Amino acid sequence: MDFIFSDEQQQLRDSLQKFIGKEYGFEARKAIIASEQGFSDKVWAQFAEMGILGVAFDEAHGGFGGSSVDTMLVMTELGRGIVVEPYFSTVVLGGSLIDLAGSEAQKQAVLSEVVEGKLLLAAALGEPNSRYELNCVQTTAKRDGAGYVLNGHKAVVLHGESADKLVVSARTAGAAREAKGISLFLVDKASAGVAVQGYRTIDGMRAAEIKFSNVKVGADAALGEIDNALPVLERGADFAVSALCAEAVGAMEALNAATYEYLKTRQQFGRPIGSFQALQHRAVDMMIHCEQSRSLALLASIKVQSEDPNERKRTVSAAKIQIGRSGRAIGEEAIQLHGGMGVSNELAAGHYAKRLAMINATLGDVEHHSERFASAA
Amino acid sequence: MDLNYTKEEQAFRDEVRKFVHENLPKDIADKVLHHKRLVKDDWVRWQKILHKKGWVAPNWPKEYGGCAWTPIQQNIFEEECGYAGAPRVMPFGLVMVAPVIQHFGSKWQKEYYLPRILSSEDWWAQGYSEPGSGSDLASLKTKAVRQGDHYIVDGQKTWTTLGQYADMIFCLVRTDSTVKKQEGISFLLIDMKSPGITVRPIITLDEEHEVNEVFFDNVKVPAENLVGEEGKGWTYAKFLLGHERTGIARVGESKRELEQLKAIASKELRNGKPLIEDPRFRDRITAVEVELMALEITLLRVLSSRTKPGPEASILKIKGTDVQQALTELTMEAVGPYALPFRPEARAGDWHGESVGPEYAASAAAVYFNYRKTSIYGGSNEIQRNIISQMVLGL
Repeated sequence: MDFIFSDEQQQLRDSLQKFIGKEYGFEARKAIIASEQGFSDKVWAQFAEMGILGVAFDEAHGGFGGSSVDTMLVMTELGRGIVVEPYFSTVVLGGSLIDLAGSEAQKQAVLSEVVEGKLLLAAALGEPNSRYELNCVQTTAKRDGAGYVLNGHKAVVLHGESADKLVVSARTAGAAREAKGISLFLVDKASAGVAVQGYRTIDGMRAAEIKFSNVKVGADAALGEIDNALPVLERGADFAVSALCAEAVGAMEALNAATYEYLKTRQQFGRPIGSFQALQHRAVDMMIHCEQSRSLALLASIKVQSEDPNERKRTVSAAKIQIGRSGRAIGEEAIQLHGGMGVSNELAAGHYAKRLAMINATLGDVEHHSERFASAA
Repeated sequence: MDLNYTKEEQAFRDEVRKFVHENLPKDIADKVLHHKRLVKDDWVRWQKILHKKGWVAPNWPKEYGGCAWTPIQQNIFEEECGYAGAPRVMPFGLVMVAPVIQHFGSKWQKEYYLPRILSSEDWWAQGYSEPGSGSDLASLKTKAVRQGDHYIVDGQKTWTTLGQYADMIFCLVRTDSTVKKQEGISFLLIDMKSPGITVRPIITLDEEHEVNEVFFDNVKVPAENLVGEEGKGWTYAKFLLGHERTGIARVGESKRELEQLKAIASKELRNGKPLIEDPRFRDRITAVEVELMALEITLLRVLSSRTKPGPEASILKIKGTDVQQALTELTMEAVGPYALPFRPEARAGDWHGESVGPEYAASAAAVYFNYRKTSIYGGSNEIQRNIISQMVLGL
């Protein structure tokens, strides 16, 4: 039993924390969000240089052979800075799906470019009617000679517009919600027949609706086993959820710290409002939420590697439930304790609350994971 | 970062589990698991078994006959005992007063009292709260006036848990009312058989006799029963509060109660199906289970921290009791209308009458009301929040 990070891990965390603290202040972030692309190439290049784009991947694929705990550390820091660059979509979700499902050649080709910061990925999994069910896939991939033809509509694809390549779940067999018959494809976004409608998200990121109309891909576009992608998809999504939980913990820490600072400085009735017990107890509950969330985010970052799928599912879903609840509670309380300032878009507090609320709506909310938790018992 | 127990810790857990399995008297475990009434002999018998094995004082240093276990080992021990349905080792002597005697007591206090605590010869009670001094404990009024080689004690203590069994009581008493309230308090060890002491039961919502009022009327206490220095009692009491850090989360007991709740919810029906399959009820169980999973890791983080855990241990009290109370609430709801029948006689260990409704329903509501105490005792959860607010958040 040891909750201490290694020296290397602490270095990684410190350098990222320093960079974000210096280069990624609230005003800088605001300018990045307002830019056409919605994130900064310069920041992305810095991430590549610092090596954080490769922490999750094997050395053979250009990565640094880190563990899921390293990803957790990175995500916590990104959460602390509410960083909008496409780390989650490219490295965590897109990258891990390729890492889990891809052939050696696919990994060689794609992951090394991701690590160098030259290639962006997005995972097109959800659909207009699928909510959070990874098995609910109506997009089709029909056999066409040696290759496939894709048709369908993928919904709320995070950073879909900026991505160079898309990891797409499509049905090669079976009915809409059947577990069997789902396959993964790696599709160039520039392919003929891919229509992308990009938009902003309320938490300062970008996403897209992506429609596939008779998009032809070669046989080498298939990622992993045909018809049998769901287990891998779930594993990749669990890894991504554990990373989101870590990001949420960083956001909670920063939001709590900002709130405590505000309670100490804001004066009313001739004294700091933090001297009022009604507010103190709510501040303490925010802290308890954060600590309980940190506990399960830690556990999930380790158990996500478990070979026992039920243990993995249970732990990851438990963490997502905790983070969903606690993130909402902290976000709402932070806004309330900031008073009028809390609802102003000019203060960072509300932006943390937005991100926390949207994390709940990404890859399964509290209800979704409650159902999954109970069924994995 | 490694959340696994070491091989040694794993072996230790196996050893504890085996010992508890082989030595915990069945009739006692049965009472605990079915929420039946425990009597003095149940606790004493179990403590004597642990004493014989050398395991009754996990938190004591070796020189006094303790185990000198690490916090992680202590936690494994408590979790295994709790999970198996062992009664809690009575904390008043072993966990509360003993460390104070060890650190601040005189030579004879150590030589006389510590062995008697280890062997369960003396049953101790805690004399802190008073009718006018609950959360504001330092305002206590029970007076001790020095007269030659004795103190004369007058006043009243209350909420004295199992004081009806007590041979000894450790009390915070006022020895000086001319100084700041915290500085006029002393720590006295008082023989419960002293003339002038009266114990009056307070019956709680479950109609059980668990707490008492203790009256002191001109009680003569030998001056050698003063612990440490006069006027330092408040410091010793605070030392004692910081000492109890492992037990408060009660993860083992809560895991056991969660399992029982699930078993009950599998037998109870709603719309012809097991209650546990009803999404409304199942989600409520999940919510508690997730909090308990998080609490276990939070506890291990506190125990593993290389610095001495401080006020963050208050989180364990707040969350631990939240979880315990939520479990009693769900259990009471799970049994449905059979929460209503109230038959205290059925909670006696030797009762073999015919139960009204399922046996598991008999104590559900009583336990629910009994457990309301958990967020009030040991420093109410509001006081715990004050502590975190001041000591951790700096508000």
